[in-house]
Amino acid sequence: MEHVSSSPEETERIASGVAAELRPGDVVTVSGELGSGKTTFVRGACRALGVEGPVTSPTFTVGHRYRGHVDVSHLDLYRFEAVSPAEWGDLEPYFDGAVCFVEWPEAAGAGLPDPRFRVHMGHAGKDRRTISLEPC
Amino acid sequence: MILGLETSCDETAAALVTDDARIVSNVVSSQAELHARYGGVVPEIASRRHLELVVPVVREALTEADASLDDVTRVAVTRGPGLIGALLVGLSAAKAIAWARRLPLIAVDHLHGHVASLFLEPDAAEPPFLCLLASGGHTLLLDVRDHSGFRVLGTTLDDAAGEAFDKGARLLGLGYPGGAEIDRLAREGDAEAYDFPVARVPGLDFSFSGLKTALLYKVRELPPEELATRRADLAASYQRAIVTALLGRTSEAAKQIGAERIAVVGGVAANSELRVGLPGAFLAPLPLCTDNAAMIASAGRFLEGIPYPRYLALDAYASLAA
Repeated sequence: MEHVSSSPEETERIASGVAAELRPGDVVTVSGELGSGKTTFVRGACRALGVEGPVTSPTFTVGHRYRGHVDVSHLDLYRFEAVSPAEWGDLEPYFDGAVCFVEWPEAAGAGLPDPRFRVHMGHAGKDRRTISLEPC
Repeated sequence: MILGLETSCDETAAALVTDDARIVSNVVSSQAELHARYGGVVPEIASRRHLELVVPVVREALTEADASLDDVTRVAVTRGPGLIGALLVGLSAAKAIAWARRLPLIAVDHLHGHVASLFLEPDAAEPPFLCLLASGGHTLLLDVRDHSGFRVLGTTLDDAAGEAFDKGARLLGLGYPGGAEIDRLAREGDAEAYDFPVARVPGLDFSFSGLKTALLYKVRELPPEELATRRADLAASYQRAIVTALLGRTSEAAKQIGAERIAVVGGVAANSELRVGLPGAFLAPLPLCTDNAAMIASAGRFLEGIPYPRYLALDAYASLAA
């Protein structure tokens, strides 16, 4: 399904629609280049899943885990070239018992658990973004 | 002496700090080995790296201090926030050392550690002060009333300031670490050349993701030859926008809580424009700005230790909210 969002608020709203279908154990990959709104999308989904407080970019911290109505994990593989088996060992706890969003999933190759949704974000000029939601 | 351990993110670090706040040794793994870092990517971000390094790093800290575990009276360790597997390596090592020696263990919050980098001699800062903590992973304004903690006044709502520097450097085709590269290039550029937006969000919070996108659009819109010649101007203007946001919110916060003194900690405290913009501020020495264990030991001086052996079940925490 293709959407065009014209504001961060609209991106969050579209994300909340996806969040309504998610349960612990589900994985959602969120791809797109720098500044395309990936963290904004995850924030919208987190809000819909009952997460309060700041939902910030985990680029440097690698992973965040939040408590909402369900547990929500937010991973960011931006700093990874590839994910080694040892690194998987560190990431696995974030998938356990949580809805897990993964930014920059490309670094994980085929190693990621099968996602429920693949989200692709793109720039469409100024504040506009394309959001493609691909159920898997 | 207090033995400090820090493994919350990329660095494996150990340090020895005396009971009167002098650093005896301060070992950070990335200083000790040639880390091939490129484009902001680190070779392996895994707790296995910490596991391989934690004992050598502790041994090195003892050797540099010309000390042994007999000289250690307390063990301080980062309990969170951070990558959970990475934290557990440091926490387990600290528990093992403390348990084997029947010592108390002090669990330290990583962010409190950054603040406590200011409590080390020879230039220890005395609270109260307002503290700007700005690094790759965090950007916070903290009301520091005493040595043992802080109150959060504001935080980034999206990207951290250090991340904005790093990703800006990537967009400009600069190397790693991005903050230092932008800082260097900005000195040759005109900070007024481009008008990048300083995000206005309510309260004392920060937002840097719109700025990153503005740079992306500017880089895309410029013809390649102009981009090549104006990179320094772009770096200077972009840095100006980040620093303006940090300085603006910091001075608003200072006014709001009536703070007379301001401190800056975290990796972004190395930025020269930020340092110039805050004359008279407490600034930790540069090696203490980035992740290290001396700051963890320093924080430990002001916290209650958990007596032997009650810390064995202590768990790490991943998030700020814990």
